[in-house]
Amino acid sequence: MPKDESIKKVLIIGSGPIQIGQAAEFDYSGSQACKSLREEGVETVLVNSNPATIQTDIETADKVYVEPLNAEMVAKIIEKEQVDAILPTMGGQTGLNIAIDLDKMGALDGIQVLGSPIQTIKDVEDRDLFAEFMERLNEPIPKCHAVNSLEDAFKAVEDIGYPVIVRPGFTLGGTGGGIANNKKEFEEIVIHGLDMSFNDQVLIDESVLGWQEIEYEVMRDKNDSCIIVCNMENIDAMGIHTGESIVVAPTQTLSDEDCQKLRNASIKIIRALGIQGGCNIQFAMHPVTKEYKVIEVNPRVSRSSALASKATGYSIAKVSSKIALGMTLDEIKNDITKETPASFEPAVDYVIAKVPRWPFDKFKESSGELGVQMQSTGEVMAIGRTLEEALQKSLRSLDIDEDAFEYMDYTDYNLEHATDKRMFQIYSAIKDGRDIQELEEITKISSFFLNKIKNIVKCEESIQQQGLDVLKDEKILRKIKQYGFSDKRIAELLNITEDEVAQARHDMNLAPEYKMVDTCAGEFEAKTPYYYGTYDSPSQFEAEDEKKIIVLGAGPIRIGQGIEFDYCCVHAALALKEEKVKTILINNNPETVSTDYDTSDKLYFEPLTKEDVLSIIDREKPEGIIVQFGGQTSINLAEDLNNAGVKILGTPFESIDMVEDREQFTEVLNELGIPQADYGIAFSLDDAREAAHSIGFPVLVRPSYVLGGRAMEIVYDDDELEEYMKEAVKVSKEHPILVDKFLEDSIELDVDALCDGDDVYVCGIMEHIEEAGIHSGDSACVIPPQSVSQEIINQVEEFTRKLALRLGVVGLINIQYAIKMDPEPKLYIIEANPRASRTVPFVSKAIGIPVAKIATKIMLGAKLSDFDLVNYADIKHVAVKESVFPFIKIPDADSILGPEMKSTGETMGIDKNFGLAFYKSQLSANMNLPTEGKIFISVRDLDKPKIAEIARKAKELGFDLIATKGTAEAASDVDIDVIRKVSQGSPNIRDAMINGEVAFVINTPSGKQSADDGYIIRRLAVELGVPYVTTISAANATLKAIEEALKGEINVKSLNEYAQ
Amino acid sequence: MVKTAKLALEDGTILEGEGFGAEGIKTGEIVFSTAMCGYVEALTDPSFTGQILMSTYPLEGNYGVSKDWYQSDDIKAEAYVVREVCDEPCHPKSEQTLSEFLADNDVPGISGIDTRLITLKIREVGSMKAAVANCDISDDELLKITREQTPLEDLKLVERITVKEPKVLVERKDINVAVLDCGVKKNILDNLVDRDLGVTIMPASSSAEDILALDVDGVLVSSGPGNPHNVDGIQDTIKELSTKMPIAGICLGQQIIALTFGADVYKMKFGHRGSNQPVKDLESGQVYMTSQNHSFSIDPETIDETDLEITQINLNDGSPEAIVHKELPISCIQYHPEAGPGPHDTQEFFDKFVDTMRNY
Repeated sequence: MPKDESIKKVLIIGSGPIQIGQAAEFDYSGSQACKSLREEGVETVLVNSNPATIQTDIETADKVYVEPLNAEMVAKIIEKEQVDAILPTMGGQTGLNIAIDLDKMGALDGIQVLGSPIQTIKDVEDRDLFAEFMERLNEPIPKCHAVNSLEDAFKAVEDIGYPVIVRPGFTLGGTGGGIANNKKEFEEIVIHGLDMSFNDQVLIDESVLGWQEIEYEVMRDKNDSCIIVCNMENIDAMGIHTGESIVVAPTQTLSDEDCQKLRNASIKIIRALGIQGGCNIQFAMHPVTKEYKVIEVNPRVSRSSALASKATGYSIAKVSSKIALGMTLDEIKNDITKETPASFEPAVDYVIAKVPRWPFDKFKESSGELGVQMQSTGEVMAIGRTLEEALQKSLRSLDIDEDAFEYMDYTDYNLEHATDKRMFQIYSAIKDGRDIQELEEITKISSFFLNKIKNIVKCEESIQQQGLDVLKDEKILRKIKQYGFSDKRIAELLNITEDEVAQARHDMNLAPEYKMVDTCAGEFEAKTPYYYGTYDSPSQFEAEDEKKIIVLGAGPIRIGQGIEFDYCCVHAALALKEEKVKTILINNNPETVSTDYDTSDKLYFEPLTKEDVLSIIDREKPEGIIVQFGGQTSINLAEDLNNAGVKILGTPFESIDMVEDREQFTEVLNELGIPQADYGIAFSLDDAREAAHSIGFPVLVRPSYVLGGRAMEIVYDDDELEEYMKEAVKVSKEHPILVDKFLEDSIELDVDALCDGDDVYVCGIMEHIEEAGIHSGDSACVIPPQSVSQEIINQVEEFTRKLALRLGVVGLINIQYAIKMDPEPKLYIIEANPRASRTVPFVSKAIGIPVAKIATKIMLGAKLSDFDLVNYADIKHVAVKESVFPFIKIPDADSILGPEMKSTGETMGIDKNFGLAFYKSQLSANMNLPTEGKIFISVRDLDKPKIAEIARKAKELGFDLIATKGTAEAASDVDIDVIRKVSQGSPNIRDAMINGEVAFVINTPSGKQSADDGYIIRRLAVELGVPYVTTISAANATLKAIEEALKGEINVKSLNEYAQ
Repeated sequence: MVKTAKLALEDGTILEGEGFGAEGIKTGEIVFSTAMCGYVEALTDPSFTGQILMSTYPLEGNYGVSKDWYQSDDIKAEAYVVREVCDEPCHPKSEQTLSEFLADNDVPGISGIDTRLITLKIREVGSMKAAVANCDISDDELLKITREQTPLEDLKLVERITVKEPKVLVERKDINVAVLDCGVKKNILDNLVDRDLGVTIMPASSSAEDILALDVDGVLVSSGPGNPHNVDGIQDTIKELSTKMPIAGICLGQQIIALTFGADVYKMKFGHRGSNQPVKDLESGQVYMTSQNHSFSIDPETIDETDLEITQINLNDGSPEAIVHKELPISCIQYHPEAGPGPHDTQEFFDKFVDTMRNY
């Protein structure tokens, strides 16, 4: 064996919950690392607090720890497992930060650090060290000063000159940075940045705004062999975070001379840093002089490396892991060709486009303006033979309402200051005949790219001019399809239906062919079937005559549809493999494990639309298709697929439809005797008002089809209702509004169950920590329930059983219930979804049963009785899921919770009792709960009766209390210091927080205005990193957790041990 | 108005596309290059004489054309086949579009071709005779022209393009080198000039006496097109010089040197063309990314009976990438250390050659 034999056991550090700047790409890299190390006979230990990951599956590593990702906890695992080495470069910034902290603690004595040496991490992470390093190498970087105070910052800017880029040292995804054009902006951003930085450091950079942004993915092994896996060009110029940019690969507008200049610099840098493995280097290149500056070096795998891996078929994470063990590039095989070695540079014969997915639909208070701070939650990638095709395919992969470029109002300000709408606005400007050179100057986007959009505009105009004739000539229609136009878009332009275009295409036998992603542009035969659709030539493919099943993926990560669904899709593929059925996966998210080419037997990297999916079905002729796992994206396709005669495996389409149709669903509930809250259906404001009055306020209003609680709101009176209707009707043209009685103050339960048509297995009942009214995706929850009577539990199980059987569910169903004290506890059903829910991975890990796999096997005909299933109530531990929010990344976002989902990810805390499990879940969610200090309390009137008990408890635990006057009076028997509100003059709570006097904040929101005191306090807590809760129930849970934490040491335990 | 153009292959394949560049018909051997960048360098590389170049990367012409990137005075490839050609390039150095460049050089181009389809055909059956017609012609006639052309291996391509007279590029310096021009690239010359050498470019047919008369410290046998067997007289020259001064060879140069010392050279199925070929140094274990462009290779089995030794191999197919003479100061490589297009990772080759000359 060529590998380093002293490495026998390695700890791989994961990246924790999905958050903006750190998403599914690290599940992909960590999982690849485990697989890759185990192939070489190395024992693997993995730690990650995120249950919704493939890497935390007990099968992925030899030992899996779902524990908080901080140095103390990781050190305990190192100690307990006696590992020889750690691999921190697969866990994003989190992994690197932990490695540095471990080193500081002295926990790495005698432990090898694989991938990037600690000194390398420091050299690139600390800007001063980085600048010195680059100076020694004679590589240019923008002028930069690291400062620790506002005063020094002003000195720095004097040297550099405006505009400058300000960014805090040591944060995730550039959090807290900004561009300052003048003194006022500068001061604001620097103060914020100093607060945000983990090391109280702010960096003032010379601006390279408007320069081209280029990335290189480099690999190096111990023999000093170096390769460039991929280079990428951002369409958006410097000034917009690369995670926010539309990116193409390979670079399009660089000459060989330019490319080699950057390549030489990349290799020089990775050699000097001594990295063994992958490294991402970002460059700025002046569009005219072509001089360059090194912007950033990431000595680890990254979002970009995941993209590069999917773009080329070259698995950077996998190869990096092997290199980390001491293997050399030429000893590692190219997975795709199986013949040639990994020591080559991929050549692609297609164009890649990556487009981010932004969460601004969830944060109406945000302007949506893009900048140096990352705000997108996920991304899509599309592959085409033309750039136009790649761009159009990625737009329809986004799963937003726009299926193509759509005309949109814009101003010159919009063109200059990009928002999430930028591509549409540029398209509109070009459509309006604006000059390309002028647009290049305004947008700083190369005319090369603008001309590509212009080609699309011209093609659209030509379609409209030719009219229906375009459907009569194969050559013309093929040309249009080569530009990536969907049938739907062509239909729109021709004012006919999508089906008519599809029919015309079908009649002339014009279908996509599927080309391979093979790392070598066809030079060698590829063994790994990874495909994309295009229209170069007629297809010559003959479907293999074998049993195969298509699994539909979930598309880009977004709020409401996160990594959980990718997890389920991967499990479906694994289960099919176990059953010896060929799996075909269709997805368009480059970050994920599902789009790893060895997850399924065939991978189609394609948009998830009716047309794109049906084209693959036409070609492959699968036995059936699974739509249960890809969230709303795949479920939404069920109707079209069903109508096209495709066999949907598991729960039939009719059942899905029955649940989505409120009236049909009500009939079923009535028939089964399952109570639901009163409701009405409204097609107009008058309808809604009438319904609300007959049910009684407060009511929960929402469009009838929802994803992640989109546009859902609780309204308390006519005015609020009217305001809502004005907005909501806009977002749903075709579907009516539902008006439900809001069950105030009730406990919410989430249930995941499996049904084989004859029998039902309740996988888990989760009790929400927050009361009903807060989106289930945002609420913390616990298995098993902590405060629900056995009688109610029995009833939940009974209702679940009856409903699943009545709906004919085959596979998974998720049901939400509410328990309302009326005054006796009464159980209501809130909603049911006959598909995998986002809690499936959490439940699976909590009870130690692979729920999604079993669901898949049931769809293939297995029975529940075939499996060895435990009762969730019998588990000896407690598991808590906590949600993680992006408030810090979205300027101005309020951190209150409501029916609109806002969280991006989740953590799991697991321990012997609720308090400890909750404590761990909070720690993992970056809420480091204090065990001493001052708690600030300020609650709304409604909550005041409940506050005395909380105050007493906090006092008992040894905390000092401060509160606003009203709150203090509500707990008059407890010793509380009164502090002024922000609006009452200084010194006030704001000052106390900034001075670091507050260890914990309990603040429940009183109104809807976000400009009030509560908002300032919550926003400060978010920005200063002070742990906080915004509900009474969460406050109670927190105090229980602190109480347990005070009792003694927090210990670590692997999932393997829990499973025993 | 877009003109319909045709690409014909000797296996009978005819594809229609859109013409760009010059009008007319050109024949040649069709080869594919997987380099994703550097079309100007490739088209002007004399090694492509007699060949129709096809890029596997689908978008070409994106950054226009600049004289700075030329590897010789004009386009040497016979024709150019692409999936898409860009008529609105964007680069500060660009002086003209790719299409204008081809038109100026009387070279036809064809776009709208499924280049991957053709690549896979070439991978299956090997490089083929082909023709690009940027004019009206029937399929039958085009196929006839395609099939009737002389095979590349029978052509004497070097004599077409080598300098006719000695040419002093840089007057005498401390160290002086003669370049036997089999189709030398500008980047090779630049690399010599950058190392402060006196440089004289000599016709490929120069005799040993011609070279000795220059009083140089070494000879570089350059890269170039076609069959190494078909360069008249050059082996005698090399043989005679080999005991008198260091000799280096690049690409065709290596093949000619191998033949000179008794090894065999064969025509590969479809050769190596691209910027990503992995070459391993057998001594250090290090792997280099190299730029390559060749149809012929040394037969490694025939090396053992010679005084030559293989020092580097291609990791994709094991073919010899560098050889040295066991006793004489002869060192050559199959790939292109001068790059243009492609990686600069192996430019040390020139440093070593200069050292050898200096220490000889």
